[in-house]
Amino acid sequence: MSKNYLLFSKQESRLYMAFMHVTFASLLIGGLMGLLQTLVRSGKFTLPFGIDYYTLLTVHGVILGLVFTTFFIIGFQNSLMGKTVGISDKQRKAAWLAFWIMLIGTAMAAVTILVGQASVLYTFYAPLRAHPAFYIGLTFVVVGSWIAAFVNFRQLYVWKKAHKGEKSPLLAFMVVINMIMWFIATLGLAATVIVQFIPWSLGYAETINVLLSRTLFWYFGHPLVYFWLLPAYMAWYAIIPKIIGGKIFSDSLARLAFILFLMFSIPVGLHHQLTEPGIDPTWKFIQVILTFMVIIPSLMTAFSLFATFEAAGRKKGFTSLFGWFKKLPWKDVRFLAPFIGMLAFIPGGAGGIINASYQMNALVHNTIWITGHFHLTVATTVVLTFFGITYWLVPHLTGRRLTPKLNKLGIIQAFVWTLGMAIMSGSMHIQGLIGGPRRSSFSEYAGGEQVATWLNYQLAQAVGGTILFIGIILMVYIFIQLSFFAPRGVEEFPIADEEEDAEKSPKILENWYLWIAITIALILFAYTIPMFDIMRHSPPGSVPFDWPIGR
Amino acid sequence: MGKGNPKQQQPSQNESSINLKGTFISVMLLGIFILIAWFGLYALFLSR
Amino acid sequence: MHLHKYEKIWLTLGLGSLALFLLIIGFAAFWKGTHPQSHIETIDPQNVEAYEAFKPENLGVREVADGKYIVNMVASAFNYDFGTDIDEKAVKTIRIPKDSTVLYQITSKDVVHGFQVAGTNVNMMVEPGHISRYETVMKNTGTFTVVCNEYCGVGHHQMYGTVEVYE
Repeated sequence: MSKNYLLFSKQESRLYMAFMHVTFASLLIGGLMGLLQTLVRSGKFTLPFGIDYYTLLTVHGVILGLVFTTFFIIGFQNSLMGKTVGISDKQRKAAWLAFWIMLIGTAMAAVTILVGQASVLYTFYAPLRAHPAFYIGLTFVVVGSWIAAFVNFRQLYVWKKAHKGEKSPLLAFMVVINMIMWFIATLGLAATVIVQFIPWSLGYAETINVLLSRTLFWYFGHPLVYFWLLPAYMAWYAIIPKIIGGKIFSDSLARLAFILFLMFSIPVGLHHQLTEPGIDPTWKFIQVILTFMVIIPSLMTAFSLFATFEAAGRKKGFTSLFGWFKKLPWKDVRFLAPFIGMLAFIPGGAGGIINASYQMNALVHNTIWITGHFHLTVATTVVLTFFGITYWLVPHLTGRRLTPKLNKLGIIQAFVWTLGMAIMSGSMHIQGLIGGPRRSSFSEYAGGEQVATWLNYQLAQAVGGTILFIGIILMVYIFIQLSFFAPRGVEEFPIADEEEDAEKSPKILENWYLWIAITIALILFAYTIPMFDIMRHSPPGSVPFDWPIGR
Repeated sequence: MGKGNPKQQQPSQNESSINLKGTFISVMLLGIFILIAWFGLYALFLSR
Repeated sequence: MHLHKYEKIWLTLGLGSLALFLLIIGFAAFWKGTHPQSHIETIDPQNVEAYEAFKPENLGVREVADGKYIVNMVASAFNYDFGTDIDEKAVKTIRIPKDSTVLYQITSKDVVHGFQVAGTNVNMMVEPGHISRYETVMKNTGTFTVVCNEYCGVGHHQMYGTVEVYE
């Protein structure tokens, strides 16, 4: 029997499912917060019990941006590792440790936010000061994810030792790339949280260097978005071909794309700080150039995906120019949901290029265009792909089947999401271009024509947000069905193969030392001088501020 | 792994001889979209 | 590892477009001087009045030469201080004739704020300890809302002002 149909052991499945349960609980809570935000901003609804809008916004950002994504990604990636290179008992126990540390950290941060002690949004910019438990909780989440990363490294290492001379399985290679990137990136987050925020929030340090903390945060903040995106790319490169009945278009190009992501995702954080004082514009521009380099692997991916579809169709005998397109499995939600995700990445990616275009950033910086942008990239491209994965991964783990009825419900879910997001993200993009700010509660400001126009788009966002919340309820329902109630059976874990006569991948692609060395060199190049400048030209530090966030 | 699908048993072709005209047109449309979006927004930037 | 010939064309055109974008924004930046706000000058956030431009009497809009204006402002949670008028009342609207060159200067006394004249290219982060500066020509007439576009606390959405550009 093919390995794709061979179920995991009970113990292994339980581990991966634990991550999935946290994922979908987070989706429900975070989604509810999102709905409430759009309703408040419509101006037609006020929060009961004196709940602060910014508390909800903090929950939404932390729960969806950090918890939902990280738990899904680590659960999914662990299952990929388990399937392709295997997991030992000891590694499994370490992975459980990672899970519990992450969960404890999440609970700490969540409680601190919910009691109103950490309304600092997920970016927690100093000198707004949250309760120390918030920062400590976040540290736990990150440390837990590090354990997961090192388990993954160990898994591939053990496999390589047992399979001398063989190339590593493509998906295991991709997981390890993503976790190396995550580890290097979160070092910046750990530095600012442990060295700057925790002592300062506890009162041991009187002041904090605001610009330094922001720069360290964004050193982490941009690779964070690629940490979300790469698991979607894993599915696109190595899972979707199997679902459409094709083969992997090119193993080596897929690996090359991931290596480029590793090298260029990190030395680019300054493009989030283009309108900030205190940073030399030349270094901002250098990081803009590096940001443009990270577009290249996405251009490669676009070609590979279309080619995968076309090659699969043509082999089935469709000779006309777009005949292959019609014959894609549109009625299979495991394909449809990620496919819509791919389409959303076209405007998402184009918007990203605009955001990073140096002085043009002034058009969009901190306007709600940005919110619209990452609701396309993360909340559509990544999330719909994650949903597409859920439809086969969860039943594979629980020993159940995705029934035709649940498949149909999934298709409806995908369309509901698409409609809701088109309305919400579309109106956010337009409102942002005419100056509407992000991260703001309902306000009529000084009134006037400009503000009146914004309010119309905010109404549209509430409509879109409501539709999206219906999509979330549907998805959570499907998840519960697949977890506990769907009929027993064996759902395929669809890992695609290469062509039998495929060209051999060059050995250099697995030269980990080389790629990590280049990555570090690029980071040192992009950050050493700006960081040194920031520290040398430091203003007097900032004392903590509690009252602005209602503490 | 994965001998699941009976449809893919035909002999495979060499990668570069596959007809990828549809792919080519698709990525070109994607490129044109990016160019239009970027220049449109750049024009907006200049007009402000 | 080899590329399909169409992929080669696609990547060449793609890389060419990216290079073209970089050339355009690089030219605009380094030859024409349109950088994003990037000023490097520090200030004590607890004592911004010690700095000439941010003395209370110097806040607000001032014509420094024919068609040239400077606007000095201090941001704090949750207010922009544009100075006071003759009746000692806080100024909320800055009025500027069309096509004048305006230098906006702003700093923060407490937390991080934003300063955006919505609908224009004036969009800066305002951080404690740093001075933010941006010079631009106000080309279009109209009433523009000034918004704080970086979260600064519970009253963030109540932090605003107005810039009026008249004929």
